[in-house]
Amino acid sequence: MSRARLVPAAVAVALAATACGSADTPTGSDTDAGITIFNTEPENPLVPGNTTEVGGSRVLDPLFTGLVEYRAQDAQPVNAMAESIETTDSKVFTVTIKKDWLFHDGTPVTAKSFVDAWNWTAYGPNATQGASFFSQIEGFDAVHPKDPDGADGPQEPPAPTAETLSGLEVVDDHTFTITLSEPFAVFPVTIGYEVFSPLPEAFFADRAAFEANPIGNGPFKYVSRTVGTDIKLTRNDDYKGNDKPKFKDLTLKVYQSRESAYADLVANNLDFMEELPPNALAGRQYETDLGDRVVQRETLNNQTIAFPFYLEPYDNVDLRRAISMAINRDEITERIFEGTRKPADGWVHPLMKGYRPGQCGEYCTYNPEKAKEALAKSGYTGEIVLLSNTDGGHQEWAEAVVNSIKNTLGVEARFVPSTSFGEFRQKVNAHEMTGMYRAGWVADYPSIENWLTPIFRTGASSNDGLYSNPAFDAKLAEADRATSEDEAIELYLEAERMLANDLPSVPLWTQNTIGGRSDRLKVANLDPFRVLDLYTVEVA
Amino acid sequence: MGQYVLRRLLQMVPVFVGTTFLIYVLVWAVPGDPFEGKCGERDCPASYVAMMRERFNLDDPLLLQYWKYLVNLVQGDFGVTSSGVQVVDRIAAAFPVTLKLALVALLVEAVIGITAGVVSGLRNRGFLDSLVLVSTLFLISIPVFVTGYVVQLVFGLQLGWIAPTVTSPTFGNLVVPGFVLASLSMAYVARLSRASIAENRRADYVRTALAKGLPTRRIVGVHLLRNSLIPVITFLGTDLGAFLGGAIVTEGIFNVPGVGGLVFRSILTKDGAMVTGVVTVLVLVYLLMTLLVDLLYAVLDPRIRYD
Repeated sequence: MSRARLVPAAVAVALAATACGSADTPTGSDTDAGITIFNTEPENPLVPGNTTEVGGSRVLDPLFTGLVEYRAQDAQPVNAMAESIETTDSKVFTVTIKKDWLFHDGTPVTAKSFVDAWNWTAYGPNATQGASFFSQIEGFDAVHPKDPDGADGPQEPPAPTAETLSGLEVVDDHTFTITLSEPFAVFPVTIGYEVFSPLPEAFFADRAAFEANPIGNGPFKYVSRTVGTDIKLTRNDDYKGNDKPKFKDLTLKVYQSRESAYADLVANNLDFMEELPPNALAGRQYETDLGDRVVQRETLNNQTIAFPFYLEPYDNVDLRRAISMAINRDEITERIFEGTRKPADGWVHPLMKGYRPGQCGEYCTYNPEKAKEALAKSGYTGEIVLLSNTDGGHQEWAEAVVNSIKNTLGVEARFVPSTSFGEFRQKVNAHEMTGMYRAGWVADYPSIENWLTPIFRTGASSNDGLYSNPAFDAKLAEADRATSEDEAIELYLEAERMLANDLPSVPLWTQNTIGGRSDRLKVANLDPFRVLDLYTVEVA
Repeated sequence: MGQYVLRRLLQMVPVFVGTTFLIYVLVWAVPGDPFEGKCGERDCPASYVAMMRERFNLDDPLLLQYWKYLVNLVQGDFGVTSSGVQVVDRIAAAFPVTLKLALVALLVEAVIGITAGVVSGLRNRGFLDSLVLVSTLFLISIPVFVTGYVVQLVFGLQLGWIAPTVTSPTFGNLVVPGFVLASLSMAYVARLSRASIAENRRADYVRTALAKGLPTRRIVGVHLLRNSLIPVITFLGTDLGAFLGGAIVTEGIFNVPGVGGLVFRSILTKDGAMVTGVVTVLVLVYLLMTLLVDLLYAVLDPRIRYD
């Protein structure tokens, strides 16, 4: 269908140069080329509802197209397979999907494909990784009863009383309704994640065959897999969506280590890698190695220091303020990260729609005078302890933060390292922290709500510091019930301002992700989720 | 001879059971959560954890878990990994690659090492002898990961003579990683054979051969070498086993999809079935290699008999 257009190289270069900054046109690029990108071995079977880990997601993301996709420039959701998603009360959503879309095996994508897939993923006995994403839909407790004493306890979870979510209803071939158990204004934003992908009949007929040969509805088709070596995909020329790729074959190569992948990237044997290894970042080695092949952008993750509210003296708000105002974020981001981190002034990420600067106010600004005043007010004179794992390159900044606190406040401050991330997270989850600790957040979906509810709402899934503020919870609930997005954003911002008073965690900085491309690729951009934006890729 | 082999094979059974048990216990004794990272940057849902625990019998007492594993293993079932891939498939994919790499390394080690050893052993205290001594000392003092990164950086990235990583694991592509992997052992082999040759050069049977008026080539090639190679063969045999399981660093640097990296990643992700499966095969390879080496003794030295 598509064939490489032959354009003199000079013209192509000129066009590419003028197109800088805007969306590039495929002029002069080789649309039949193949590219090879970095991957890690998928940890789970290749089923969208059962993979939330990055090695599997990199494969499934191009294979499937959900109702909405996130725009690479600003992470905003745009309709992909959805024609429209409508609601009047933020509780019942009517979804109309586009007609004539096909799975790779030629069967049509219908409303039933979505509803069946969601029901399968949510069903408790299927024990999928993505089940919890459906917990807001009405009837979730019936299909996925909670284990009364958690996975560690001896009791078995009760058997489900229903097989399908009562909140999902197929109206006709191209329409279905979603009823939530509680109103949730930003729900349409959350469904861009690939656990919400549709599944073909073939999956329900023979799951093992599907796992060996996944059939999606996305811009790429599955070709083959050599376990431990690579996975090959090719362009789906019958794809109906707008995001048609401008190259043909995609090979996801499994690397034993990031370092070896980096060597291949430098030698132009690997076309793209989205996160460079520490040895390349040290002393900005990548600038010498890659030159203009460095690909960098601000991505949806941040770094914070969380407080254990179950441990004295960290439940003292004045002490928390003193600590926050004693950290010189500007100097640390400049000295240690050489500008690849941006000091944070609030809990919501700056790339989010509705982000407002300065939400944390004076408490997130370095101010030695006020920090000392706050410390005096707190009455605490003992030692301050910061805990973090050190396997992700966290030691340097953690020590800098501790020194900043020590020098500003004049109290003893100590950094206690923990060697592995797994061990560290285990203690965080078990509420066994002996001091304040490093925490970070990577957005699940691009909404202002995702930076607040899961981390700070009472009893929320990632609220491991056990912070609780009824007024804040009430404000979030009010925002969830809002009928329009603008109204919801306004209410979430009010909730964020409440955090500034309590300071349940100290926002430190947001992060840039540094990747690299080969010189074969004319254009290759990262998206805000730290993944290569396949639809901008152009091969020279 | 046949009786000896049979006895050795029977001795392997307790060794096999003991090692697999130890590995099985150790894998699950490593601190940390086996479900860490399986679900990306968030915790796995309870239902998923419960199902995985049931699938891998994690709720049973350790001895029972091991027994269930062993019963399956004896029937040829290595189990599946958490990603639903058959362990035996992974082993079947990774082993030939590592075996190729190990054979290349063994060849490099044997040919260069023995040649250097013989040459320097025969010219005791000469220039060549000193050269071999100094260069082997140099190789022994550098860790493999330094050799690997330097070779990759200089020949792969700066000079561009080789691809920095292995694109497909063919014998040709594995020559450079093979050299790196063999560099340390090569030096040991050279020194071992040098010492052995230098010692046996003055042995009675050599003097006899000289007195009979045999040509030097025959004295060195048949009489001297055959007797001097016994310690070297022992070393080479166990080294092949070591290459198979211990090529983690080299495989990591050159991105060879072999056994070392497989074991390393499986330990990190606490994939018990995979680690035990691979190590079981490695144990078998080791046991068979030592048996083979012992049998080779008899071939090389007529004084050794197994009856």
